[in-house]
Amino acid sequence: MNYDQARYGDEDRYEPLLSEKDTTSVDVDEASPLPEDLTRDSLELPRLSEPELARHYTRLSQMNWSVESGPYPLGSCTMKYNPSFTEDVAADPSGAVHPDRSDGTIQGTLELLYGLQDYLARIGGMDAVTLQPPAGAAGEFTGILVAKAYHEANDDERSEVIVPASAHGTNFASAAMAGYDVVELPSGEDGRVDLEALEAAVSEETAALMLTNPNTVGVFERDIEEIAEIVHDAGGLLYYDGANLNALLGQARPGDMGFDVMHYNVHKTFATPHGGGGPGAGPVGVTEELAEFLPSPQVREREGHYELYEPEQSIGKVHGYQGNWLVLVKAYAYIARLGDAGLKDAAAKAVLNANYLASQIDLDIPYGPFHHEFAATAGDRDAADVAKRMLDYGVHPPTTKWPEFVPEAMLTEPTEAESLDSLEDLADAFDSAMNDSTEEIESAPSKTTAGRIDQAAAARNPRLSWRALGEEE
Amino acid sequence: MTDTSRHERTDGSPYAPHTSEETAEMLAAVGVESEAELFDVPEPVRFDGELGIDSRSERELRAELSETLAKNDDLTEFLGRDHHSHYVPSVVEDLTRRSEFLTSYTQYQPEITQGFLQALFEYQSLLVELTGLPVANCSMYDAATALGEAARLAGRVRQASGTTVLIPEILHDNKREVLANYVDGTDLEIGTYPMDDGNVDVDALAEHVGDETVMVYVENPTVRGTIEERLAEVGEIADGADALFCLGTDVVALGLLEEPASVGADVVVGEADALGLPTAYGMGLGLFATRETFLRQVPGRLVGAGEDAAGKRAFTLTLQTREQHIRKERATSNICTNQAWVALRTAMHLAYLGPDGLVDLAGQCVREAESLSEALNGLRGVKAPVHERHHFREFLARTDQPAPAIARDLETNGFAVHVVDDHLLQVCVTDVNAAQTDALVEAFEEAL
Repeated sequence: MNYDQARYGDEDRYEPLLSEKDTTSVDVDEASPLPEDLTRDSLELPRLSEPELARHYTRLSQMNWSVESGPYPLGSCTMKYNPSFTEDVAADPSGAVHPDRSDGTIQGTLELLYGLQDYLARIGGMDAVTLQPPAGAAGEFTGILVAKAYHEANDDERSEVIVPASAHGTNFASAAMAGYDVVELPSGEDGRVDLEALEAAVSEETAALMLTNPNTVGVFERDIEEIAEIVHDAGGLLYYDGANLNALLGQARPGDMGFDVMHYNVHKTFATPHGGGGPGAGPVGVTEELAEFLPSPQVREREGHYELYEPEQSIGKVHGYQGNWLVLVKAYAYIARLGDAGLKDAAAKAVLNANYLASQIDLDIPYGPFHHEFAATAGDRDAADVAKRMLDYGVHPPTTKWPEFVPEAMLTEPTEAESLDSLEDLADAFDSAMNDSTEEIESAPSKTTAGRIDQAAAARNPRLSWRALGEEE
Repeated sequence: MTDTSRHERTDGSPYAPHTSEETAEMLAAVGVESEAELFDVPEPVRFDGELGIDSRSERELRAELSETLAKNDDLTEFLGRDHHSHYVPSVVEDLTRRSEFLTSYTQYQPEITQGFLQALFEYQSLLVELTGLPVANCSMYDAATALGEAARLAGRVRQASGTTVLIPEILHDNKREVLANYVDGTDLEIGTYPMDDGNVDVDALAEHVGDETVMVYVENPTVRGTIEERLAEVGEIADGADALFCLGTDVVALGLLEEPASVGADVVVGEADALGLPTAYGMGLGLFATRETFLRQVPGRLVGAGEDAAGKRAFTLTLQTREQHIRKERATSNICTNQAWVALRTAMHLAYLGPDGLVDLAGQCVREAESLSEALNGLRGVKAPVHERHHFREFLARTDQPAPAIARDLETNGFAVHVVDDHLLQVCVTDVNAAQTDALVEAFEEAL
């Protein structure tokens, strides 16, 4: 596909910075109603008129890729289409309430949150859900704290969390943040959990095993029931990383597989926009025996009245208030729009799209059968270079060089939202980039706003603000 | 299926574009007869039941959810306490809804995401100007989690010297709980120091700070809206014990109150969402800024300036070896998804206001609080403000009659205020509700 990204600017830079458009300095003391010693002396910031502001940000937006620009098949990221109407629902001014309002005056808000708790519990096969964690990693941290509280309540202090080598980096970091030693589990030859290695890793120190299923090469952990048995027999809990839940919507449920605690990535599975990196939401679902440890408050219903309450042995709070409200509303609207059949179909089409795309490209895919995503290998080519070249063909490339056990990995997740035509564009981009000369891929991209950026050089000499840029001159 | 029915469909995902013919073609190319064959899920863990979630059309859902949310009472909120909002201009709403921003991912391919990277670089730069500290990350979830991260940072960089994080006796309970969870997996312990008439009791603090202290946390304005008067002394006390001075504030207050760097702050955390984001049931944007010394210990993403192949200035995520996707369990934090889109909103709102607009807005927060507290103080049985301090946006009022009953009466008359204690109410006034202060005072008088 022909593609040229917008490119504003001059010979030295792209769109000028706000500070290069205007810098205004004010004497704060003069304008202040406070005694001089309580205020700052001066303040220097850009000040743009509304038309200038609109043009600046419109230009920046045009120098940015998004789901609505084209295919965005980042593996493990689930970059599906974000329905417009959910934005309108979230913008309802009746929902713009302060979190300290009394329960009786925000029945609508609480009813919606209660409904979402219920939907997510059904989808995950869980008994109770907290909506408080503001992101997937925050959900992991919360879930592990809940597991920790559960063990402690049983006078059973444990020190380790087992994480497969192929897991998302957040799993390791979240377990460590909660104070656990992380035991890394090597991947089996088929990319799945190696049961013998797991047997060897579990012990009375095992607080939990964190698992993604389908795993990070899109392969379902077929031995999940045995895995659950091994972990449970050792007294540990099974944690489900919901990053890949899109593959299983309405088709299989973590609760039915023996998972005790899970998080959902609503900005992946439930189509809330990623917003350039966030906000997301990372609700956590648990089985009944863990429900008393969930963060406070939870929403419950009593005779048609909704109220907030603190679970008996709650871990307390993981967010200043109740998480990312605007994101949760959109997730509710999306789930309700799809319903049973739509959710099931989303998973089916996501898996079909991944399999179809895989069948149309010339790259090897060492692990399978895969579901909503696959890890192709760029073989003797550098996956990062191939990815840069794909940008020139008008698509966003997949996640590259991860998971690490797949050589030159290109982890690809097209999602259900890509049409047949779009998948063909993607396949063409893959194959064209793979067939281009080394020189062509190493010098790519050329069609994007910026050419190849030397990230190592930027990290060696960190310049993190316009003040730092100014001091350099 | 016809084009018109596709949008109404309830038998599949309306956002999967496949026609039946296309689905058939794709299944054939893959070599299966149905999608079900593609699921390598053992029978015992397959789900064959019903989730019991009814599909509704877009039109039905808009009506339904609007009806649900309309069950919220339409109250004029005089509420603050760690969740503040100011009027957000339409241009901010409009530009941030552009799908190129809204539906984009983290900028792992910087060449094609220069727009968002630049916007985040500008956000960082604005915070550098406001705090005077040279490093600001491109977002945390909210003020409470940013405080938790600050304590963890202090624990790492002062590992050898101690384990105590000192926080004010008067702090939002939620923040205290979040902090407790963030340090749960560390050796850190939380201690408190006393307050004097709403502000830090500086002399008592000096007694509390010792060799084991790794961080002293102070808020300005405080959760009760008072403005601190002796911050530079706090900075010296912390510095004298080789502890970090962490200052909690918000992006509007920063425009007017003492510059954190000038009072010796090592870390600044707080609410950046006070600009750009309307009241959103507690959704936030955590600001996080610090000194150059701690650069490699900063949690979360950082955007840096570099050069592209054409030799032009270009932006990229940088120093990523701090982060979980590279450093795993040794990362500075587990944060991945952040609040980037809210940061975009905040930066836009700041550039819209400019420094004079921001100082005006902050000045209004002081003036409105002063005049409303004076008006309430004029009522029989009310003392406001309780603390003999300058106030920012909010203040406490002591009531002779029980505060919960007054709050309930106010609620019936269309106003929401905080109940802080049996005879303490807290009232917050900003540009958003300033026009309703006379009505509030009237309702207050009736409630007494």
